[in-house]
Amino acid sequence: MRFADLLAFAWQVLGGYRTRTALILLAMGIGVAAVVAVSAIGEGARLYVVNQFGSLGTNLIIVLPGRSETAGAMPGVLMGKTPRDLSIDDALALKRSPSILRIAPLIVGAGDVRVGSRIRETPVLGTTAEFIRVRQMAMAQGLFLPEGDPRHGQPVCVIGAKVASELFGARQALGEWLRIGDRRFRIVGVLAKQGQSLGFNTDEIVVVPLSAAQALFNTEALFRVMVEAKSREQIPDAKADIEEILRQRHEGERDVTAITQDAVLATFDRILRALTLAVGGIAAISLAVAGILVMNVMLIAVTQRRKEIGLLKAIGATGAQIRAAFFTEAVMLALGGAACGLVVGKLGQLAIGQAFPDIPFTAPWWAVIAAPLTAIVTSVLFTVVPAKRAAMLDPVMALSKR
Amino acid sequence: MIRLTGIERVFRVGDEAVHALRGVDLLIEQGEYLSIMGPSGSGKSTLLNILGLLDRPDAGRYELNGHDVTGLADDELARVRREAIGFVFQFFHLVPRLTAAQNIELPMVLAGIDPAERRRRLDKLLGEYGLEARAGHRPDQLSGGQCQRVAIARAMSMGPTLILADEPTGNLDRHTGQEVMAVLERVHREGGTVAVVTHDPEIGARAQRRIRLVDGEIAGDASA
Repeated sequence: MRFADLLAFAWQVLGGYRTRTALILLAMGIGVAAVVAVSAIGEGARLYVVNQFGSLGTNLIIVLPGRSETAGAMPGVLMGKTPRDLSIDDALALKRSPSILRIAPLIVGAGDVRVGSRIRETPVLGTTAEFIRVRQMAMAQGLFLPEGDPRHGQPVCVIGAKVASELFGARQALGEWLRIGDRRFRIVGVLAKQGQSLGFNTDEIVVVPLSAAQALFNTEALFRVMVEAKSREQIPDAKADIEEILRQRHEGERDVTAITQDAVLATFDRILRALTLAVGGIAAISLAVAGILVMNVMLIAVTQRRKEIGLLKAIGATGAQIRAAFFTEAVMLALGGAACGLVVGKLGQLAIGQAFPDIPFTAPWWAVIAAPLTAIVTSVLFTVVPAKRAAMLDPVMALSKR
Repeated sequence: MIRLTGIERVFRVGDEAVHALRGVDLLIEQGEYLSIMGPSGSGKSTLLNILGLLDRPDAGRYELNGHDVTGLADDELARVRREAIGFVFQFFHLVPRLTAAQNIELPMVLAGIDPAERRRRLDKLLGEYGLEARAGHRPDQLSGGQCQRVAIARAMSMGPTLILADEPTGNLDRHTGQEVMAVLERVHREGGTVAVVTHDPEIGARAQRRIRLVDGEIAGDASA
């Protein structure tokens, strides 16, 4: 039997039992679409998180007080007070390392910001001039904090775009004064809109010099130090230098944690990839169900088409030809279902993409390959028994008069 | 030429063994036209199935065109059926979703004959059996006589040497039955061996050689 004839024959069967064909295509399609859509959501979440970390800056190392053996956790936050604070001098000492390009010490708190009678509570960031380059942010208006000794800052501040619009409305904010607690600051710059970045909206912050923040929050301790290595290759060196310098400064005790962006990224990447695989796998169960449906339908087909199978044998079809006819039918159904599923899955992905434009939903390549492949493999596997049964059918029994 | 020697066929029904055929010896020359008659349960359909290689005898030897086909494997039997034997059934057994032309073409498709050659033979068969106008119709759009003509054309499509017809007129009215028999007889005149199993004495009497089976044994073998 020629291959083209085999295809034509299976095609005629599929066309001859339209409802049945449509139902299997539907089941297969739903299975494949589910795998594609679900894995697209998982992959979207992963890319979203990865991008968020990426937007923190490049070649970044975050130094935080306290020691933790696992990357990713935040020891300072989890364990409360840590044995030794990070000081400004610690931060400045890091500049000795040849692998480090720039550093930005950081103090974070919340403050009531007021202009005239308007008050707004915002996160207040105390840092130095280099912060803007480490974090790779841009200015909408004016300048960032001035360079100079971080121990003696001027009474100036930089505000986020949203803070500016809320406190000043359409008025020019640049050059105006605002109050945080009992201190006055002149606004020298407005940050460009950047939006959410790791749960921290830079449009809603006020940035003041480090020394001012120390006075405001009455603390010497740094929340963390952001360090930018000179290049990607120098990140490990920089990390080692940080640990060595701070160990020396802390009387030989290793009581800080340096998290590289890569390490955090890798952890999240692993977790989310595993998650995507898991949900994709759960969705794949529906493919197995579709496979069982195929088997059921094929078994019915063997009974329904007994006479036809008997006839085919009588006019000279071999067992192999009968089996081939059934397998061709199953594969065509699977291919059709997979194609429908891919299209529907893709449309679904576009639809949720429309609903959540921030998240880059894309079906990962493995899902796009694995889903149709699983569909084909399950339908072929589940056709083994029906095909065998058809091939073994006794033509005399099949053709007997009732 | 067909030679059956000592053919036995036993069916098990529960604990009981039913002898459908007992020691049947039969010699059929190429080009013979024979009818096989007998009461229900006399084994005539079993004999036809064995002649058509659809069923295997429990004992005995079957030679078809000089070759022993008794011990052939299933796939070889399928090949012999395809090349050498044409079947005509009481219930036509056309594939309902295929057109008349596609039904006629089916054995050639299974044999892997190329489409151009199939087309050529198909046109010839449609002409011979007066089915040109019906080629694109499906079986449910055809009359019983037309269905049986399609079935005969299908049986003839591979140019077999042996045509086996099991009650070919059983589902047709008298007139159409006569027509179908005329078609089968034309096959015989063109040199084919034709064996017809029938209940109908009138149909049976048309054959030159009449075999009568009773209880699985040949009770009569008369030539006109």
